[in-house]
Amino acid sequence: MESRKAVKCVVWDLDHTLWDEVLLESADVRPLPGIREIIAELDRRGILHSIASKNDHDAAWAKLEELGLAEYFIYPEIHWNAKSGSILNIQRELNIGMDSILFVDDQAFELEEVRSAHPDVQCMNAALYEKLTEDPRLMPRFVTADSARRRSMYQADYIRKREERAYEGPSERFLADLGMKFTIAEAEEEDLQRAEELTIRTNQLNATGRTYDYEELRRFMESDEYLLLVCELEDRYGSYGKIGLALVRRLDTHWRLNMLLMSCRVMSRGAGSVLLTYIMQEAKRDASYLLADFRDTGRNRMMNISFRFSGFREVESDGDSYVFRHDLERLPQFPDYIDVRTAEKMEQ
Amino acid sequence: MEDREKIRAFIEDNLTLDSEGAALADDDDYFALRFVNSLFAMRLVDFVECEFDIELENEDLDLKHFSTVNRLLALIERKSPARGGQV
Repeated sequence: MESRKAVKCVVWDLDHTLWDEVLLESADVRPLPGIREIIAELDRRGILHSIASKNDHDAAWAKLEELGLAEYFIYPEIHWNAKSGSILNIQRELNIGMDSILFVDDQAFELEEVRSAHPDVQCMNAALYEKLTEDPRLMPRFVTADSARRRSMYQADYIRKREERAYEGPSERFLADLGMKFTIAEAEEEDLQRAEELTIRTNQLNATGRTYDYEELRRFMESDEYLLLVCELEDRYGSYGKIGLALVRRLDTHWRLNMLLMSCRVMSRGAGSVLLTYIMQEAKRDASYLLADFRDTGRNRMMNISFRFSGFREVESDGDSYVFRHDLERLPQFPDYIDVRTAEKMEQ
Repeated sequence: MEDREKIRAFIEDNLTLDSEGAALADDDDYFALRFVNSLFAMRLVDFVECEFDIELENEDLDLKHFSTVNRLLALIERKSPARGGQV
C-alpha cells in the first residue's frame, strides 16, 4: 500500500475474486465470504463499484442479478478484451482520475497488464480483499448524504448519457430538454461536511486545488466578511446533489473569490460557469471589481479557460499561481437552459 | 476540408445559433452576450489545439481570439506560421 490517494471507484474482477470459482466452468459459484458486506459498506461510504472481467457478459450479469449484487455496479466491462481497455472506459465514463481507481484481481498477469498501461491505477491482489474496509484509501473522512446516494446519482447519469447519445441535434438543445434547476445558497452547518468533501474530491473544475477542513469552513460560514456558497443541481432525472462551492471575501473596494469549484459530474451539463456568473453579478452590486485566485494544478485547465473566457484578465502571477481581475462592466447572463434560483436569505 | 469550413462545422455542431437557418458569417460573434459554457470553451480550445496541431498559451486564451470564425483563423495562423498561405 505505497499509495495513499483516496479511492473513488473499486473495479472488480469476477472469477476467483468476487466469487469462488470460474463461472463458465461451474454455474453455482458463490460469493467469497464477507464480500457482499464489503461491497455494501464501501457503497455506503460513497465509493463506486465497477467490473473488469473476462467473461461471458450475459451469463455473468445474470449471475450478479441472481446474487443480488448487480445493482452495486456501474459501467461494468464484461467481455474478452484487455482489462487496460476496460479500465480506460470506466475512467472515461466516470470522469475521475486514473489514480482514484483501485483494481482488484486474483491474477498477477491482469494486474500487471493494467499497471503497465495505466501506472497511476492502484492495483491490489484479490487475496487481500478482507482488508478493504479498513484500508485508509477507502475511508472518506465523512460519509454525507451525497456519499450514500452517489451510486444512484451516477446511475441517473448513465440514463442521461444514453438519452443524450440517442439525441440528434445541437447539444444546447438537449440541455434545454433536461429542465435543469440550479440552486445557490449560503452554506449552513449541515453543508460543511459535504463542502469539505468537495474540496478534496474535485480536481478539474477547481480554481486553486486547495482543500479546506470542516473547522476552517465553519469559520468562513460564521464570518460576516466571507460568503460561503453551495449549489445544487437537479434535472428531470433527479438530483446531482451538492455539486459546487465558492468562498468569497467581501472587502470595501472589491470582492475576492478565494475558492471556486464544481464537481466533474456536472461538467457536461454546461453548469460550470453558472456559479461564477452569479458571483460576478452579486459582486457588481456592492463592489467595483472582482479578484479571483487561481493556481495551475496541472488538472484544472478548464477552470483557467473559464475565467479567461468569462472576461477575467491576469493581473498577478507567481509561479503556478495567478490573480485574475474582472471589472464587472459587461457581465454574462445565465444560460437559458438552466433555471437559476437563489435562496431567499440572500435577497435582503 | 478547408480550415474555415472545419471551424464553422465545429461551431455549428456545438451551439444553437440565434439566427435559425441563417448561415454563420465569418465575422459573426457567436459569443456575443452568450453564456460561455465551460465545457464548450474547453472543447473549443481542445478542437483548435488538436485539429490544427498547435499549443495555446495563457495569453492566447482570450475570448476575443475565439469569438468569430475569422478571428479563430487568425489565431491559428499566428500560432502555426506554416499555415500562413492556406487561407
